Amino acid sequence: MENLAMHISNGIINGPVAALFAVIALVAMALAVHRGRQDLDDRLAPMAGLVAAFIFAVQMLNFPIFTAGVSGHLLGGALAAMLVGPWVGALCIAVVLVVQALVFGDGGVAMLGLSITNMGVIAVAVAYLLIALLLRVLPRTPAGLAVTAFVAALVSVVVAAMGFVLQYWLGGTADLGGNLAGLAGTMAVSHLFIGIGEGLITATTVVTVAKVRPDLVYALRARKPVSPASVPAVGGVR
Amino acid sequence: MGAGHAHVLYRESDSPVHRLPPEVKIAAMVAFTVAVVATPRAAFWAFGAYALMVAVVAALARVSPRWLLTRSAIEVPFVLFAFALPIIGAGERVDVLGLSLSTEGLYGAWNILAKGTLGVWASLLLAATTTTRDLIVGLDRLRCPQIITQIATFMLRYLDVLVGEARRMRVARISRGDDPRFLWQLRGFAAGIGALFLRAFERGERVYLAMLSRGYTGRMPAVWQGAGAATTGQWLVAATVPLLAGTVAATAAVLT
Repeated sequence: MENLAMHISNGIINGPVAALFAVIALVAMALAVHRGRQDLDDRLAPMAGLVAAFIFAVQMLNFPIFTAGVSGHLLGGALAAMLVGPWVGALCIAVVLVVQALVFGDGGVAMLGLSITNMGVIAVAVAYLLIALLLRVLPRTPAGLAVTAFVAALVSVVVAAMGFVLQYWLGGTADLGGNLAGLAGTMAVSHLFIGIGEGLITATTVVTVAKVRPDLVYALRARKPVSPASVPAVGGVR
Repeated sequence: MGAGHAHVLYRESDSPVHRLPPEVKIAAMVAFTVAVVATPRAAFWAFGAYALMVAVVAALARVSPRWLLTRSAIEVPFVLFAFALPIIGAGERVDVLGLSLSTEGLYGAWNILAKGTLGVWASLLLAATTTTRDLIVGLDRLRCPQIITQIATFMLRYLDVLVGEARRMRVARISRGDDPRFLWQLRGFAAGIGALFLRAFERGERVYLAMLSRGYTGRMPAVWQGAGAATTGQWLVAATVPLLAGTVAATAAVLT
C-alpha cells in the first residue's frame, strides 16, 4: 500500500483561515451526525462502512499535476451521496479524511477543516443537489442513472477543486500575485480530467449496484415507497 | 483478513510510547501540530526545536529516523509545489545562484516544507505506535460521536475485505486467460469495479449480520473501552510534548 496521496498539507493555508474552515466543517459535521442518525439503519450501516473503505482505496489513486506541483485524486463525494445519502455520505468522507490524516500522515491535521469542507461538505452537497434534480428530469432507466452519476461526480469534483482555490485566495501562505488565476486554471483543467475518471467509476459502480440490489441505492430509495426491510431488524444499531 | 488489526505503518514494539493510551497520543499529536502551524514562519529556531522533540519521541518509541524519512515521501507532491513557489511567487526578488527568486515565495516554500514535514512526522509517530483498533478506542474515549466511530470501524474492517476480494477477482481473471498488463487491464478493471463493490458489500453484510448475532450494538465490546483508559499521570506525561511546543510557539510569536 505505497501511496503518495496527499491532501492539503500543514502550512499551505494560514492559521486563521484554517480555523474558520474548521468551524464550518465542525458545524456541518454536527448537522450530518444529527441527521445521519435517522438514516443509519441495518442496511445502511455496513454500506456506509464499505463506501468509506471504497473511497479510502480510491483516494489512493493519485494524479500529480506537475505544472504546479499540486496533486489531484478521486474524491468519491458523488458515490457517497448516491449510495448512502448526503448526511451519512458526508460523514463517510470525513471519516476517510480523519483516518488518513491520523494514521497515514496524509494531509495536515491542522488543515482537516479545509479538506472536510471541500470534499465532505461542498462536493457531497453539490453532488446530492444534482442527483436530486437529474433523477427528476431524466428517464428512470439505467442510462438515466448512469448520466446522473457521471454528471454529479464530474461537477462535484470541479467545484470542490474550486473550494481549494477559494481557500488559497483567502489565506494562502505564499502570495502568488497574478498566478492565482493560473492555479485556478490548473486545478480546473486537471480536475476536469479527474472528474471524468471519477464520473466513469461512479456511474459503473452505481449502475451495477442498482441493477442487482436497487434497495441499496439511497438516491433511488427516497423516491419509492420504502420496501420492508429484508434484514431482521435488530435494535441498538444507532 | 487474518492480519489482525495492525496496518502497514504500525511498528510492533513495546516502548513507553506504545504503552500510552491512544486517546492521550491523539490529543498530544493534534495539539503539537496546531502549535507548529501557529508558529510564525520566520522563527527558524522554533522549527529546529520541534524537530528535536520529534526526534526524542521517535527515539523513545524505537522508530528509526530512516523509517520516518522514507515514509515522509507521502509529502512529495506538496514539496514540488513548495519548490515552484520561489519561481512563480510575487513580490521583491533576490538573486540566488544566478536565479531571480521571490523572497515571498522562498518564505512560503520554507513554511510549507517545515510545517508539512513536522506534521507528517507527528502523524507517522502516532501511526507507528497505535493500532487501528486502538485508534478507534481512542476516538471513542475522546467523546467522538458513535456514528462516526461506527463508520470508521467498518471502514477499517472492510478495507481488508475489499483488498482480499479484489485479489481474488484478479486471480480469477488471470486464470481465465486474461492478460493482466496495464492497458489490457483497463477494460476489465472498469467492468470489474462494480462487481467488486457488490461482492465486497455482500461479504461485508454477512460480517455485519454475524456481528449483530453475536451481540454487537453499535459499540465495540466493553472490554475494549474500560481497561486501560488514561490516568491523570499518563495525560501529564503525554502533555509534556505539546506543552513544550506551545511554549516554543508562544515565544516565537512574541519574538517576531
